[in-house]
Amino acid sequence: MIVTLAEAVAELVHDGDTVALEGFTHLIPVAAGHEIIRQGRRGLTLVRMTPDIVYDQLIGAGCARKLVFSWAGNPGVGSLHRFRDAVQHAWPGPLEIEEHSHAGMANRYVAGASGLPFAVLRGYTGTDLPRHTATIAPITCPFTGETLTAVPALNPDVGIVHAQRADRRGNVQYWGITGVHKEVVLASARSLVTVEEVVDELTPVPGAVVLPAWAVTRVAHVPGGSHPSYAMGFSDRDNDYYQRWDAISRDRAEFGRWLEGLTS
Amino acid sequence: MSWTADEMMTVAAARALRGGTRCFVGIGLPSTAANLARRTHAPDLVLVYESGTIGAKPDRLPLSIGDGVLAETADAVVGVPEMFNYWLQPGRIDVGFLGAAQLDRFGNINTTVIGDDYADPRVRLPGAGGAPEIAASCREVIVVVRQSRRTFVDRVDFVTSVGHGSGPGDRARLGLRGGGPALVITDLGVLEPDPCDRELVLTHLHPGVTPEQAVAATGWALRLAPAVSTTEAPRPAELAALRALTGSAEDKETT
Repeated sequence: MIVTLAEAVAELVHDGDTVALEGFTHLIPVAAGHEIIRQGRRGLTLVRMTPDIVYDQLIGAGCARKLVFSWAGNPGVGSLHRFRDAVQHAWPGPLEIEEHSHAGMANRYVAGASGLPFAVLRGYTGTDLPRHTATIAPITCPFTGETLTAVPALNPDVGIVHAQRADRRGNVQYWGITGVHKEVVLASARSLVTVEEVVDELTPVPGAVVLPAWAVTRVAHVPGGSHPSYAMGFSDRDNDYYQRWDAISRDRAEFGRWLEGLTS
Repeated sequence: MSWTADEMMTVAAARALRGGTRCFVGIGLPSTAANLARRTHAPDLVLVYESGTIGAKPDRLPLSIGDGVLAETADAVVGVPEMFNYWLQPGRIDVGFLGAAQLDRFGNINTTVIGDDYADPRVRLPGAGGAPEIAASCREVIVVVRQSRRTFVDRVDFVTSVGHGSGPGDRARLGLRGGGPALVITDLGVLEPDPCDRELVLTHLHPGVTPEQAVAATGWALRLAPAVSTTEAPRPAELAALRALTGSAEDKETT
């Protein structure tokens, strides 16, 4: 159940998989993303509501074939330059995109976690998104006749998140901004949770979410595994790193040096 | 006390928020203005961020919508599906406070791509995020954006979030439940939709800005309201609160 990060990624993430590393500013599994880069995975369909620095790195490193997302940026700083370079100049390779809104993506995970083929929401009406995204379609309410929007379930091959702690049996506990953590773990065929600490017994925390061990495939003990994002109670968001990434990612050569540092 | 055009814009945007209302806040200029409002005239303004924090009371400006300080100070922290499905979609939020990369005469917003070809864009922007449904569902929308010909365009390259569509009745036809953009606040002045045809017209100029400047910074034939008012200049208390919030250099000089 509890394995090393390298073992977990080797076992769970295969070339060509659909992989979601989720985290809404908080608890982003950055170390797991770096391990995917180190192990040289290719042809991944990367899924995430808010692809940020770690997705910029995965895209720049050539791991991704496609991105399914709703907002791709360096939060609070600006653009993701590796993502931009891939979309605008197909560097290091072409990147197919499937673009949604946050509400659409959140509901796709909910449908995936619920074992349903699609979700329904009031959304997208009047926007240009449905013209470019095949996974947005109008649907008529069978009770009122009202036109709403349907989006298909997202069921990744692998869902990866970071959390505050687990016990030795692999029950996982996390709190703070919980994003779509629960939904992505339950929607995915296989899941990995990296944790700040492993304890004998989970202490109850108000508002915390507990994922029972049997709902999670693997847990890896990775202290600081969400840096530069944060784990409430363990670390603060490293805002300077997000700002520094802008300069590193703007330039292909500069990014290449960063990548060499990660993989060597 | 002197002030910059950005400071005037932020103060004007903060003043547009009333106490007791529930405000869905985008990051950047809207977040700065909303936090300023809470520190000046609207201490009971409810700040809602799409990361899931409801009633955040940060003591410093967050860099991102998911900074820890928002969660630590919030009345409630909810998951993202709950935020969009339970709190935004049914119309529980009064004001949506948004920025824009492009904005047209009907207040439609683009934050997706610049250029006519979606598949081969001139500039790829971050995308929609929460904005389409914020623009659709909040009782009213306030846009905070710097005014220039690059931003204020005759036609947006991509409709990410619907304003007043192409005119009267469009929002109702599309089934959008909120009222749409009520105010656009810029570094030059304030625009409001004409009650009859819903086109944005200039209703206020900030002190020292001429109508010609506003027209020159707009990519469509900007109409002026019959009586254009002058915005009240930032008061010293507003400036002091803003500079304390942003930690700007001006603050260090004046204190």
